[in-house]
Amino acid sequence: MNDPVVAKRPAGSGDPGAARGVAAAPTASEAPIPPTPEAPETPKAPHVRPGDRIFRGLATGSGVFIVVLIGAIGLFLILQAIPSLGLDQINFLTSREWNTSDPANLRFGILDLLLVTVIVSILALLIAMPIALGIALFLTQYAPRNLARPFAYVVDLLAAVPSIVFGLWGLFVLGPVLYPFSEWLIDTLGWIPIFAKGNVNVQLGGTIFTAGIVVAVMILPIITAVSREVFDRTPRMHIEGAIALGATKWEVVRTTVLPFGKAGYVSASMLGLGRALGETIAVMIILSTTSAAFGWSLFDGGATFASKIALAAPEFNDTRSAGAYIAAGLVLFVLTFVVNAIARSIVAGHKEYE
Amino acid sequence: MAKRLDIKDLNLFYGKFHAVENVSLAVPPKNVTAFIGPSGCGKSTVLRSLNRMHEVAPGARVEGKVLLDGEDIYASTVDPVEVRRTIGMVFQRPNPFPTMSIRDNVVAGLRLAGVKDKKKLDEVAERSLRGANLWNEVKDRLDKPGGGLSGGQQQRLCIARAIAVQPDVLLMDEPCSALDPISTLAIEDLITELKKEYTIVIVTHNMQQAARVSDQTAFFNLLGVGQPGQLIEVDDTEKIFSNPGQKATEDYISGRFG
Repeated sequence: MNDPVVAKRPAGSGDPGAARGVAAAPTASEAPIPPTPEAPETPKAPHVRPGDRIFRGLATGSGVFIVVLIGAIGLFLILQAIPSLGLDQINFLTSREWNTSDPANLRFGILDLLLVTVIVSILALLIAMPIALGIALFLTQYAPRNLARPFAYVVDLLAAVPSIVFGLWGLFVLGPVLYPFSEWLIDTLGWIPIFAKGNVNVQLGGTIFTAGIVVAVMILPIITAVSREVFDRTPRMHIEGAIALGATKWEVVRTTVLPFGKAGYVSASMLGLGRALGETIAVMIILSTTSAAFGWSLFDGGATFASKIALAAPEFNDTRSAGAYIAAGLVLFVLTFVVNAIARSIVAGHKEYE
Repeated sequence: MAKRLDIKDLNLFYGKFHAVENVSLAVPPKNVTAFIGPSGCGKSTVLRSLNRMHEVAPGARVEGKVLLDGEDIYASTVDPVEVRRTIGMVFQRPNPFPTMSIRDNVVAGLRLAGVKDKKKLDEVAERSLRGANLWNEVKDRLDKPGGGLSGGQQQRLCIARAIAVQPDVLLMDEPCSALDPISTLAIEDLITELKKEYTIVIVTHNMQQAARVSDQTAFFNLLGVGQPGQLIEVDDTEKIFSNPGQKATEDYISGRFG
């Protein structure tokens, strides 16, 4: 019973289809923009279907939940940090000392933690940004389509490698490999402060230099993946416009892909920076701790906010000492917030071009 | 300037799909040639093969010859980038570079060709914008982004960009299909003026437009879905629209298609 109907339909609609073709051709030729006939609906009282209501509730709930969650985390950090900050015997923001072993005499300042965290992250970013840009451009513009896909998977896979594995790799593989190079840098460029001999044994490789390179590898996938998405969305007609003007491949990239993807690339990098700032386990394993103050050298050791807190976690038995670390965590929280805000404003500044 | 094009036994492919079959056609200089035909008949594909844009699509392939004043643009020694610098193109949708100012858009082609002299660039920008009948509308905002103009102005900006490099041939792929009738009229007037200096090939779905602006018209058709498109006939526009040689052409232009 059903079959004849199905069989009939294409045959039946085929003829009117051809007839429509006759009617359509002259219409298209007379008016370049044919007016689209729209039957205006008579306005009715707004009726919300239950499915709509449920979905809106779920979506709104999720949105509210994340805001509340972030607010709660911030509030927790502030509430836990305030008592210890009050007990701090030295200036929290400008001191380099960190001694919380005696809860009755807390002496902690975050200056060194802040500097080490920022320097490791910036080094990682400086290394990762150009490489990620190169990979993203290769994948979207140069690689043959059947190669681009598997290659992109490999890069994404890098993000799935556990942080602890990167840490071990940095400590046991990269550190020793870098040692001759580090030594050479110290010998030849040691007169520049950032290449000066540091406060830890460079032979062990537990330097900011090693940590920065490892973190660079870790943030490479996120920057690459986001940049790739953005570059891939460059409007075809802009690319063709450039090609038709006689642009070479590189000129096409320069005149269309890069201007279009610039904001996305910058925000991708800021996302990477956010990751780098908070990276914990790998940095903790790699960086040699030291009691000496940070001396602005890449070959110094030390600790970042995250690695310092993680190292001290077993000793959080006194709320006053723990509060000192939570205060450090609060600074990290604020720092990542600021970085993200800067990224947003950069992206917003380029909106007109998207 | 204003060279002639001779298309000889052109076959175009997308991968295994044979898109256009055995097209041979002469485009005289300082003359407007219109390509008409139903959707999917390959007229845009042929147009894109005339400045080697066809091969930009993955898997696209070209067989046959396209002679620009006797020189085959598909010869193995010819750099496609050079071909595109001498054969300009205007697209269906206006596509000014959104990050560039109006002036930079116009001189983008010259910059790519290595011209750096600012005075020269400014001169060319003015001359090209005047040539595209856009100068008076934009002369006070040359430094503003090209994306801020209306659709018709953007399309004229793209024409200015294409003629700024003084191409030998100007290809237009349905340049008015995204424009309103007034902007369309402006572009058609412009085509008539540009004809004095340039060889123009235009693809259009609008038969009145073909009749208004072109000197010769080529009608493309396809015999069925999956079959390659073919050139049915090419002749003086007047003849095609009054007394076409082929039944299919007559059916198409009179609206009795199929």
